[in-house]
Amino acid sequence: MQCPKCHAQMHTYNRNGVQIEQCSNCRGIFLDYGELEALTRLESQWSQPGPPPPAAPQGYPQAAPVAPAWGAPQGGGHYGGHHGGHHRQKGFGRMLFSS
Amino acid sequence: MTAHLLLTELAVRAGAKAHETTSACPCGAATLADRPDATVVRHAATVAKAHAPDTDPAGLAPRLALAARIPGILLPPLAPAPAALHGRLVTFWPYGTPVDPDDPDLAPWEAAGTLLARLHRTPAPAGLPEMRGPAKAAHAVARLHAAGPHPAVAPVLSAWRALPAWARAEAPQPDTTTVCHGDLHLGQLVRHPAPDGPWRLIDVDDLGVGVAAWDLARPAAWYACGLLPPEEWTRFLAAYRAEDGPAVPGGGDPWSALDVPARALTVQTAARSVVKAVARGRQLDEVEQCLVDACARMGSVPPQLTAGRAK
Repeated sequence: MQCPKCHAQMHTYNRNGVQIEQCSNCRGIFLDYGELEALTRLESQWSQPGPPPPAAPQGYPQAAPVAPAWGAPQGGGHYGGHHGGHHRQKGFGRMLFSS
Repeated sequence: MTAHLLLTELAVRAGAKAHETTSACPCGAATLADRPDATVVRHAATVAKAHAPDTDPAGLAPRLALAARIPGILLPPLAPAPAALHGRLVTFWPYGTPVDPDDPDLAPWEAAGTLLARLHRTPAPAGLPEMRGPAKAAHAVARLHAAGPHPAVAPVLSAWRALPAWARAEAPQPDTTTVCHGDLHLGQLVRHPAPDGPWRLIDVDDLGVGVAAWDLARPAAWYACGLLPPEEWTRFLAAYRAEDGPAVPGGGDPWSALDVPARALTVQTAARSVVKAVARGRQLDEVEQCLVDACARMGSVPPQLTAGRAK
């Protein structure tokens, strides 16, 4: 399929059994109905096993800010919350404060 | 002269400067930084900075003069000219409260974007040297060359070689009229007067004319490498655009302007990380590996060669 934003080709990835489409150009991500909820559920199971998943807001389609093609796979994706937050804890105090 | 002697004398100078303006002085002194490129001490409300041993006096003077001229953007120095101390140039500054490295939620992304946009729109004074960002990146890469064997050296050097000559400090920058900070990161913002005055940019060592997108490129690189959440990158970029910053187009995809500088700063940070890891005989940590991985991915996507033409 084509990216609704920049019209480049989108590629399908499988993340923990959830199909997501990512644009090869702008790195934006397209989720089908229910896939955001599925990802949120998987993420909450991963970070804190046990509690029920919070009700996810209706986010459809999701468009993260543009990131370069050489960026980290999680850099431009909205599912970067988990990974980005993780790196942020380690990287913030050091990387973001030095030359 | 030993480093210890410099530190001691710098503290004495900062104390003397502080007592020029205030008689009621709690005299609490602290070393804020003691690195090869700068030694910074605080005495009450006064900060003294000994610049790097190789600092060019002819370059520092116009940089200092510009900081004195735009106090709403750059923290103004206490004295208009550097002092000499054991062969080092020393400048004096008012103390400002820095960003708290332990509280990411308080990082002043809007102020950073706004101040950079205002700096970039400031007419360049005659005689202001070139912004030193690319030269600093080249220096980091030169040290990587000398670091010895490491699996990360090849992808980092390969990403470096793909950059245009100006970004490697091997040719003049394509913009010679825009004032740039040259080394923007979160340690370069302070609130003055402390503790809750407005934010100001500090550190004029790399200030100069050049490609303004360089100043946005470190946050851009952090975002691209997954170290900065999308929301914070968006806050920074939106504030810059709201203030009519000239480095990126006013809307749409900013990466045509950001791609080359963000690659260069990713390479620079990766190079410094690898040099440190080799020197200490340790593995790259997860964050450092993210930067090296980004350099490796750059090989499959050629740089967008439009930086400096966004205006």
